[in-house]
Amino acid sequence: MDESRPIFLQIAEQIENDILGGALAEEGQVPSTNEFASFYRINPATAGKGVNLLVDDGILYKKRGIGMFVSEGSRERLVAKRREQFSQEFVRPLLAEAVKLGISPEQLITMIQKEGSQ
Amino acid sequence: MNTVIEVDGLTKRFGSFTAIDGVSLRVEENRICGLLGRNGAGKTTMMQLLTGQDFRSAGSIRVFGEDPVENAPVLARTCFVKENQKYPDDYKPVHVFRSAPWFFPNWDAGFAERLIADFRLPLTRRIKKLSRGQLSAIGVIVGLASRAPLTFFDEPYLGLDAVARQTFYDRLLEDYAEHPRTVVLSTHLIDEVSNLLEHVIVIDEGRIVIDASADELRDSASTVAGPRTAVEAFVAGRQILHREDLGGLASVTVGRLDAADRQAARAAGLELTGVSLQQLVIRTTTIDSPDTEGRRSA
Repeated sequence: MDESRPIFLQIAEQIENDILGGALAEEGQVPSTNEFASFYRINPATAGKGVNLLVDDGILYKKRGIGMFVSEGSRERLVAKRREQFSQEFVRPLLAEAVKLGISPEQLITMIQKEGSQ
Repeated sequence: MNTVIEVDGLTKRFGSFTAIDGVSLRVEENRICGLLGRNGAGKTTMMQLLTGQDFRSAGSIRVFGEDPVENAPVLARTCFVKENQKYPDDYKPVHVFRSAPWFFPNWDAGFAERLIADFRLPLTRRIKKLSRGQLSAIGVIVGLASRAPLTFFDEPYLGLDAVARQTFYDRLLEDYAEHPRTVVLSTHLIDEVSNLLEHVIVIDEGRIVIDASADELRDSASTVAGPRTAVEAFVAGRQILHREDLGGLASVTVGRLDAADRQAARAAGLELTGVSLQQLVIRTTTIDSPDTEGRRSA
């Protein structure tokens, strides 16, 4: 866990990553709040807050008395959301570091193509 | 949400020394609450007052809506695990666990047995012969297996090794999830417990300096580092909690930053890092306050 950010946000992100990565399938059951709490060694209320964030977003839904499930189409929605953030979170820092090192955008593109072809 | 502990204007003096100085606070039901602070800050005194083991000098205390002093129904719902619990001279751990159900109506003997095995506690050795860690283990087991609706742990794990401490955290979380209750935990090992806490109260020199949810505290401070001129420009006009200089570089801890602030800092080439709860407590309890002096003469 990253010290600087609220844990419930990190739990929500972790679940999103598991959905994006395929570890949690659509319509598949998500671990319970208490399971998250004991796995990550965090307060159950905090874990519940993270899960509820995704319920509010429609990424997860509750089946009363059974548990929490991944909504249909949630993967696609998460991909769209993460793509929007991609530029700010990954491209901008990359460019900033490149500028520091005197790497031009053209050189950067060549580097990306080379890494991508490997 | 019910309030389990309500304290208003609470003051405790020992002669000319004011241990608790006009404290007001609330603890909600079924929270795990950290009571943090330096040695001598007033944590133990606070817990003693809340469990009716000492008399207040002024102010009011409500535990489960009632004054805890000499109040059997309230105290039966309360468990206080002290750092230095004393036992009768010839007691063995087995005696402690046999007598525990007399005081704690929710005592779970099966759970206690599991914990005894977890902590590898020798049941029939005289308590006087136990190591410091084993002594602490007795307290931890009593605190957990009593399942009291309100449990105080005051520095519960002096001498406990890392494995035993982790066992304590794991069992606490597991059991709390199944049997929610209010837990007040005082500790110096803040980094270890910070993820367990839902609420944090920091007390310093008898006064409350932080009373907030753990989530709120997590992003309540950031450290900005970079070339000194850029850092100075960025932190100008902000609340500064801490500052360190190294040659032409500066590292300054400031209060909460919003998304725009963060972007501005990054654009200025500054590095941002979060401040852990432990760091935050250190920062807030080492700043010299002008009224510190008044405490001794109160």
